[in-house]
Amino acid sequence: MTYIHLAYGDLVLPALLVVMDGALSLALRLKLEKQLAIATVRMVLQLVLIGYVLTFLFAAVSPLWTALTAVTMVLFASREIVARQKRRLSGIWSYGLGAGCMLLAAGTVTMFALLTELRPDPWYHPRYALPLLGMILGNTMTGISLGLDVLTNSLVRERAAVEACLALGGTRYQALLPVLRDAMRSGLMPTINAMAAIGLVSLPGMMTGQILAGVEPIDAVKYQLLIMFLIAGGTGLGTLAAVMGGARLLTDHRHRLRIDRISTAE
Amino acid sequence: MLTVRALKRLHISVSFDLQDGECVALQGPSGVGKTQLLRSIADLDPNEGMVKLDGTLREAMPAPAWRKRVTYLAAEPGWWSDIVQDHFGGWDDALPLVKRLGLPCSCGPWPVQRLSTGERQRLGLVRALMLRSQVLLLDEPTSALDSASTAAVESLIAERISNGTSVVWSTHDNAQARRVGSRVLVMNADGGIEENRP
Repeated sequence: MTYIHLAYGDLVLPALLVVMDGALSLALRLKLEKQLAIATVRMVLQLVLIGYVLTFLFAAVSPLWTALTAVTMVLFASREIVARQKRRLSGIWSYGLGAGCMLLAAGTVTMFALLTELRPDPWYHPRYALPLLGMILGNTMTGISLGLDVLTNSLVRERAAVEACLALGGTRYQALLPVLRDAMRSGLMPTINAMAAIGLVSLPGMMTGQILAGVEPIDAVKYQLLIMFLIAGGTGLGTLAAVMGGARLLTDHRHRLRIDRISTAE
Repeated sequence: MLTVRALKRLHISVSFDLQDGECVALQGPSGVGKTQLLRSIADLDPNEGMVKLDGTLREAMPAPAWRKRVTYLAAEPGWWSDIVQDHFGGWDDALPLVKRLGLPCSCGPWPVQRLSTGERQRLGLVRALMLRSQVLLLDEPTSALDSASTAAVESLIAERISNGTSVVWSTHDNAQARRVGSRVLVMNADGGIEENRP
């Protein structure tokens, strides 16, 4: 397996493309240059840092360090879920629901892949566990955040319809069913679109990375297929858990709609 | 009989009884809490106090079962599906009431968007009446209706009352309050109620 080695200096020229975006923003008065600069600096620092962290973790192969890294990833992802929502659950549940569902979905699916298909030695080997978890987490995060966003927005907008059903003796799940379906669809749609377009419209980053690193394309494809199946499972499981959990938190034991448990982001 | 004792929700604190086959009119200025009171009796909002139906505490039965017996109808009923007849357990069973309230029988497959505000209000009433609840909590049920439709609604509800249904009827129309209610409960700004006999 051979690949063309890159030095940090080799990245200077491609980085000029981001400078070009900044120049465009200035010329067209898009006012994006500050955001672009911050995002670029964050990306470089975060990636270099994770590079060193992974090097350390791969050398250590410690279950404790691997678990700590996984939990940290889940916490950052749950923060991202909250940041993406206009309307949020009040209190600890704004973070707790997203974090819990991601841990459940991404954790279950990653363990499934590690224990059944990949079977590295040891099973928690960070070279396999962390990149898998990262990719599943990223997509599950999108599904959960879209699902919760549609759930909270729809409940506020469709309050009269939901309460009409409740007033006529419907249970909370009967009353929320149309909204739950919309939220589930929204959460799953990006994954379904990605699966439909993959290979024709887009070559996924992981597969491209493997090919550039010298892996045979057909082997890279097999890994990509595995990842896509895991992403589909993780997103479905995570979105379902988040939407159902959100529905439970936004109603109470007397089958009342509790819009008062939603706060609006400033 | 519906018994309401020390029912508290926000600034509201109310007690009253409603006999079987009785209709009380509920009046008071806008924003005084009439809707909040009706919603609280139906247990649609968190509230405190004791509410009983024929001696059975509200909390002794599941909330959906309570609301099938004590049914709240909003002034602007909500619609959870695009098609009118999807909101009815059996559209054919609803047709006699639909006709009675002067609505076209062909409106079942219509999109809800096609309905006028008055048609929605009457269909909302049909939907609630089909439950044959013991108590109806009507929140300005004729606010969007012309005089002929209002008379049709009043006559239909009067029939139900004579068959034993109890009704709390919120209205801003003093003449209607006197027509439909054997008593008039007037809510004041402090959240209490006073009783007037028409």
